[in-house]
Amino acid sequence: MNKLISIADAVNMIRDGMTIMVGGFLGVKNPFRIIDAMVEKGVKDITLIANDSSFPEVGIGKLIVNKQVKKLIASHIGTNKETGNQMNSGELEVELVPQGTLAERIRAAGAGLGGILTPTGLGTIVAEGKTIIESDGRQYLLEKPLRADVALIVGAKVDKKGNIRYAKATRNFNPLMATAADLVIVEADEIVEVGELDPDDIITPGIFVDYIVGGKE
Amino acid sequence: MDKNKEKEVIAKRAAKELKDGDVVNLGIGLPTLVANYVPEGIEITLQSENGFLGMGPAPKPGEEDPYIVNAGGIYTTVNPGGVFFDSATSFLIIRGGHVDVTVLGALEVDEKGNLANWMVPGKMVPGMGGAMDLVTGAKKVIIAMNHTAKGNHKILKECTLPLTAVNVVDLIITEMGVLEVTDKGLVLKEINPEYTVEEVQNATGAQLIIPEDLKIWEEI
Repeated sequence: MNKLISIADAVNMIRDGMTIMVGGFLGVKNPFRIIDAMVEKGVKDITLIANDSSFPEVGIGKLIVNKQVKKLIASHIGTNKETGNQMNSGELEVELVPQGTLAERIRAAGAGLGGILTPTGLGTIVAEGKTIIESDGRQYLLEKPLRADVALIVGAKVDKKGNIRYAKATRNFNPLMATAADLVIVEADEIVEVGELDPDDIITPGIFVDYIVGGKE
Repeated sequence: MDKNKEKEVIAKRAAKELKDGDVVNLGIGLPTLVANYVPEGIEITLQSENGFLGMGPAPKPGEEDPYIVNAGGIYTTVNPGGVFFDSATSFLIIRGGHVDVTVLGALEVDEKGNLANWMVPGKMVPGMGGAMDLVTGAKKVIIAMNHTAKGNHKILKECTLPLTAVNVVDLIITEMGVLEVTDKGLVLKEINPEYTVEEVQNATGAQLIIPEDLKIWEEI
């Protein structure tokens, strides 16, 4: 099965109104080439799931500035003023989720779990409207799994089966998101032949990856 | 004291809380300065929420690695023996009680150890990032901050801003001294000799308990 496609092919699979997860942490990094193509195409009404809304000129920050996102689920929006502006004006719905809870909700979806129980957020506005479950004498919040139609992730070295090796602090949410979407597209810094990656170094098995874009230009 | 001296005093005193072998997470702003004052002979491991252990000092100009930033998005380095991982592992470390100490700033903190440090409704809503998980999971939560904000109390009987977490703060370190959160209330454990007990009490929006063995800082 050939998983290599063009950026244009990838963006054609991303339609208005979809729920899209994007890996990265404050722009380190996002699948920049796919995101730029989404900005150019003007995909709109996106529900975006990401750690943060980056900076206005960087990666997914541009999707916010360009008003392509109708709902954002993230842990931090402070580095992109436009996110706050659109939230305050009512143009953008924002669900703020504690970072560890966001990671576990995505992991739960990928792992086939019905949710997770976490003490994080108890006694705060994060707990509003949520079920509190007591287990072994301690209270926890029930947090539901978080899935997406599409996950857009990044990899440093990706082989043609889609096996991914990450670089340094760019791993963050990518391995989790790779498991929690119907369609998973990885943007690779470098695409290598099958067998070139040491199986010990592979973090995300290629079975999670549907398509590969990018590589050295 | 000027503002920079105050920050230095707070960071230095917070650093003295660290023990050899501790896994430590430092918040953005003043708390990051704590790393500069780790006492000699004490080796700590710094954790960064975005996914690594063994965070090192800021890189020299021109040697920045675009793939290594801290949780505030600022370029940093990784020491020998450092390790990268994903966000679920990062927060397993944080939430699971594997971080010995976290040092964070606060907008408000109260005598019950409640903490508010993530939003001001209608004014500043940056999101909680990893703060809620950190203060819930870390074994020891130290708040390092200026005692007041433009003359307004930050240490209160009861927080007024939306909480980050309930009953989590262990120690409050300011330019005026060190306050411990206890079942009976806030105990002034240490005082900066540049201030009187009365001045500290006036700068605090909760009743302080003054122990007989109140320690006076010798060097600041």
